[in-house]
Amino acid sequence: MIRTQALSRRYGPLLAVDALSFEILPGTVLGFLGPNGAGKSTTMKMLAGFIRPSAGQAIVGGHDVTREPLTVKRLIGYLPEGAPGYGEMTVAGFLGFVADLRGLRGPRRRQRLAEVMDRLSLGSVATQTLETLSKGFRRRVGLAQAILHDPAILILDEPTDGLDPNQKHEVRALIREMAADKTIIISTHILEEVDALCNRVMIIGHGRLLADDEPRQLEARSRYHNAVSLRLRDPAQLAAAATALAALPGVDAVERDHQRLTALPDQGAEILPAISELARTAGWPLAELHLESGRLDEVFRRITTGGVA
Amino acid sequence: MSPMTVVLRRELAGYFATPVAYVFLVIFLVLSATFAFYLGGFFERGQADLAAFFTFHPWLYLFLVPALSMRLWAEERKSGTIELLMTLPVTLWQAVLGKFLAAWAFTALALALTFPMWLTVNYLGDPDNGAILTAYLGSLLMAGGFLAIGACLSATTRNQIIAFILTVVACFGFLLAGFPLVLDLFAGWAPDALVEAVASLSFLTHYNALSRGVIELRDLVFFALVISVFLYANTLVLDMKKAS
Repeated sequence: MIRTQALSRRYGPLLAVDALSFEILPGTVLGFLGPNGAGKSTTMKMLAGFIRPSAGQAIVGGHDVTREPLTVKRLIGYLPEGAPGYGEMTVAGFLGFVADLRGLRGPRRRQRLAEVMDRLSLGSVATQTLETLSKGFRRRVGLAQAILHDPAILILDEPTDGLDPNQKHEVRALIREMAADKTIIISTHILEEVDALCNRVMIIGHGRLLADDEPRQLEARSRYHNAVSLRLRDPAQLAAAATALAALPGVDAVERDHQRLTALPDQGAEILPAISELARTAGWPLAELHLESGRLDEVFRRITTGGVA
Repeated sequence: MSPMTVVLRRELAGYFATPVAYVFLVIFLVLSATFAFYLGGFFERGQADLAAFFTFHPWLYLFLVPALSMRLWAEERKSGTIELLMTLPVTLWQAVLGKFLAAWAFTALALALTFPMWLTVNYLGDPDNGAILTAYLGSLLMAGGFLAIGACLSATTRNQIIAFILTVVACFGFLLAGFPLVLDLFAGWAPDALVEAVASLSFLTHYNALSRGVIELRDLVFFALVISVFLYANTLVLDMKKAS
């Protein structure tokens, strides 16, 4: 559905996107991760046809973005970073404007407008101008605008930025609902979102692709993959427990964070059975014991700060 | 509706959604009438024509048109809506034309609202209405030229004040291109052909003939060319600078 080949973009001396090649199939919800300035937004802008690639090629829905920009723009729904909108327009007026430019007409126009306003709970602010809206509402208007024509491809630049936890939840539910038959790219800073939404993750840094995997596989690269963390009811015993854990075979290191101990395994080692056995025989007053699947934030940090994942 | 019409309608509605439209209309009407009666000596001339009224249009436009054109693209760039607009299925030309035509239609409305002047002169005497119509046409064409320059310069910046000042300076240059103030900059070092070329760009010279009721093809072509060239430049500037 989306394919890029050595896609690059240069701003003067700065190479913002450096020969990115990837392919995204329908049904994919791709999480686009990377530090600020990594080239996420630039890549999305190129896919959406806002800026031209300096080199390379992007094919969206079978059409070259540079050669057939209008066809591509009809196919996709795009939420630009910051969800810009015309401040002096009302929500209904703004969405009507987008519907007109999208060529929606008659009953279908009415039906789509009503549906989208309903899905994003915009009914209560329909007659308010955009400049009077809260950040959360404005973001939702931006989303409404992007899904208005029920596009097969959605490119959303930080769709949940500025939303409160409830709104985040709603937007995620909406994206998940649409995911079945669409190709969706979202960029985000929120790693839990990747876990909650995406079935594929791409991490980019300095314009280059650093990792491309399923979230679970990426977690498996973490030092914390299969680590065991535990908390004791009696903090006085923590020091002794830490020493005992470190002495276990298969345990690489023990980290202490406040009242929590985390035992990191040697590569591939399974340490949970040994630790639970130890806890039982030593009679530790366990408050909590669990197996970690890995920490995305740690993987993210390691990959984007130059370490090899 | 074609995408251009959609853009045009949104833009035009935008003028009236804010006080901009009303402030502009009131100031234009008050100033154009004041100039005609006090500076132009409308009554004292004792002639049944609107020369006293049309003489001051270039100078009114010099400050009012840039105020109208400054927001066309600068605001889109500042608020980031340009990214939205340019990723909707609309071509660069459709967007540029839509916005320009909206601003032009608005100045046409302002001009049309000066009709009491026309009624007055018809009540007082028996003017040549064909000449007056020609003068209106000339005034509208000149406003279009100013607007095209302003639209193009508005795309070069995200700051409306800068767009305003650049446009005033550029329009001033075009107005007086046939006069020593501008020509002296070129005379002396530039070849005569260039000096003549610059002189022929004068808005005032081309407008004066029209405002006296004389329709000459070259004056019409001149304004049409100015508008086309600057709208073309507008698309180029947007294409180069939209992302920065």
